[in-house]
Amino acid sequence: MEVLSILIPVSLGLGTLGLLAFVWALRGRQYEDPKGDAERILSQEWDDHPKP
Amino acid sequence: MADATLHDHELRLSACPACDAAPLAQRLADARGGQADVILSLPTIHCATCITDVERVLTRHPGVRAARVNLTLRRVTVDAPGMSAAELIPVVESIGYEAHELDPAALSASAADRQGRDILMRIGVSGFAMMNIMILSVAVWSGADAATRDLFHWISGAIALPTVAFAGQPFFASAWRALCHGRLGMDVPISLALVLASAISVYETVHSGHHAYFDAAVMLCFFLLIGRYLDYRTRAVARSAAEELTALEVPRAFRLTAAGEEPVPVAELVPGDLIRIRPGARVPADGEITEGRSEIDRALLTGESIPVAAAPGMALSAGEVNLTGPLVLRVTAAGRDSSLARLTALVAAAESARGHYTGLADRASRLYSPLVHLMAFCSFLGWYLATHDLRLAVNVAAAVLIITCPCALGLAVPAVITAASGRLFRRGMLIKDGTALERLADVDCVVFDKTGTLTMGVPQLVSLAPIPVEARPLAMALAQGSGHPLSQALAQALAEAGTQPAALDDLREVPGYGIAGRWQDRGLRLGRADWLGASHGDARLSASWLDLGQGAPIRLEFSDRLRPGAEACVARLLARRQRVLLLSGDAAPVVEDLAARLGIAEWRAGVTPLDKAEAVRALGSEGRHVLMVGDGLNDTAALAEAHVSISPASALDAARTASDIVLMGSDLAPVAEALDVARRARARIKENFAISLGYNVVAVPFAIAGLATPLMAALAMSLSSISVTLNALRLR
Repeated sequence: MEVLSILIPVSLGLGTLGLLAFVWALRGRQYEDPKGDAERILSQEWDDHPKP
Repeated sequence: MADATLHDHELRLSACPACDAAPLAQRLADARGGQADVILSLPTIHCATCITDVERVLTRHPGVRAARVNLTLRRVTVDAPGMSAAELIPVVESIGYEAHELDPAALSASAADRQGRDILMRIGVSGFAMMNIMILSVAVWSGADAATRDLFHWISGAIALPTVAFAGQPFFASAWRALCHGRLGMDVPISLALVLASAISVYETVHSGHHAYFDAAVMLCFFLLIGRYLDYRTRAVARSAAEELTALEVPRAFRLTAAGEEPVPVAELVPGDLIRIRPGARVPADGEITEGRSEIDRALLTGESIPVAAAPGMALSAGEVNLTGPLVLRVTAAGRDSSLARLTALVAAAESARGHYTGLADRASRLYSPLVHLMAFCSFLGWYLATHDLRLAVNVAAAVLIITCPCALGLAVPAVITAASGRLFRRGMLIKDGTALERLADVDCVVFDKTGTLTMGVPQLVSLAPIPVEARPLAMALAQGSGHPLSQALAQALAEAGTQPAALDDLREVPGYGIAGRWQDRGLRLGRADWLGASHGDARLSASWLDLGQGAPIRLEFSDRLRPGAEACVARLLARRQRVLLLSGDAAPVVEDLAARLGIAEWRAGVTPLDKAEAVRALGSEGRHVLMVGDGLNDTAALAEAHVSISPASALDAARTASDIVLMGSDLAPVAEALDVARRARARIKENFAISLGYNVVAVPFAIAGLATPLMAALAMSLSSISVTLNALRLR
């Protein structure tokens, strides 16, 4: 059962990582235009070099 | 409750064009200073290519720093310091996309965004907490005991308590408001369940009990917040589109002063001001013509489809459209006193009547909340009297509250409404009001307005035959010289027949009468019957006369163009045995003609705005549920009076404000489809209620018997929520 003392902090840490990623995405306004983002990935405009 | 509706009225009232002018114009003026971003509405973009095309052409334009398209809102935000929308619109239009200026100040996007992000954040946090607690709970359910179980309960509690405190805030706030007003909304039992579940779980954990409901409390937050978010999303989409319609119209008037002409906001006009009204412009205030001759289109105010002649001395009302010549108007009443504002009292009265409609969700929660509280209290009392064990009794009561908690009920309505309004939005209908779909499902009688609703309000030449082929180039050249709708219709008909215009000399417009020109010593004229010395004759159709300088003037007849889909829509409504009525302010022969063409048996012509509202009210008191479809100011009172109302996007914004649903495209066919969708949506909502009731009926006896376990609560909650959502998605 000693393994719990490692596993529980690890699982909580991974969960927190996910939560932080979500907060970061939300702050970065990545949920503003879901329809546009779904379409943008199909465009070849910036395939060869990143958008300046 | 009462003060809330009163407040709503003030908001709605102020959305009439006359009263809205002041704040809107003010905000526009404020925005001019320091605002670098230009926002354009792009109604026709739909794919990845559109996005890249628009962004590429805009970023390559000198002076533009960045451009970002938002496809969800169909807008582009351009960062171009010092540039105006008027310079950027041609850039976008040059690659074939329609673009309109949007008033950034009228789009209160930032506040709405913040609210949406706030709910999303709470969903994220409660989702994270739910998953972690679930991992620990699975271990407890599968048999962890003694110290391990206590440890897991402690960790769960450490995650759950801050989560409930943060994610549950919307429910606590709303429950508190409801209690302050002496009501039991849906949120009171939710908050009670959250608080009780957390408290009893902490108590059990401290006393190393078997059951803790931390997972249930957090899961409750998660599912209910999803319902909230769907609800918010539907309203936000509708609101942003409605704001967009308002932001498209920037009311301005041109005031004549000693120094010349100056543009002023309509709200700043005072009686006695002289204003110039250009051809094609809407009259901004009531007044009397002092100079100029023209023709006036009154279709939006009275429903008359034939323009009337205007000369000095004649009174004009705000909202009418000046067609041919420039006019100078002395303002007699502006803003709140003008005739545009006169109907708003009627609108307010009618809307307060409709404010009494209670949505299905509210009716369900009214039934549900007292029942749940009663049940929980009875089981507490029963167990306490039977066993005298306070801890056990509170445990049972908490279990009952958790099991019955309206997870599915909170999702049942928003999920269906989101699916249904998303479907209608794709068909070009914008639902402005949350209960509009439910009310639409009750409809058994449809009342149409004529001009601008069943017809486009745009004339169309009946036949080219009266014009000799050799004279067509002359007629084309004359017609092209005038902005009058009849001339435009003639020019369009001739262009479609492949006619090239001839070169005319001395082409001049005679305001209020028509247009004249000269070709090889022959004087040509196109215009009103009395100007050309002919008599108008049959009033059924609007007509224009063409004088070719030889022979008698030629009569050209125009009919009002039917709105696309009008025939199909009426036919479909009649096939479903709906009662269909046509009420119009136009002359009887025209209305009769149209009613016959569409197969509408019940029609009335020459109806005043008051009569319209009266007729709709009479139908309502017969027990009919009336759907009113109209666009003009003369329909506004009737739109507000009806059980549910629809107006096309081309309507006056007073009419759009008074109606529940706005038709974004020009096609009328979605109206009939909307009735079907609404009916199916109501059926789904009722099915969803039945599903969640079913789960409760199965699970509640276990809870009251004291046999409920946290595992059971979690299963019942998630299964019912998922099945309700899936059922709603069948509508898409």
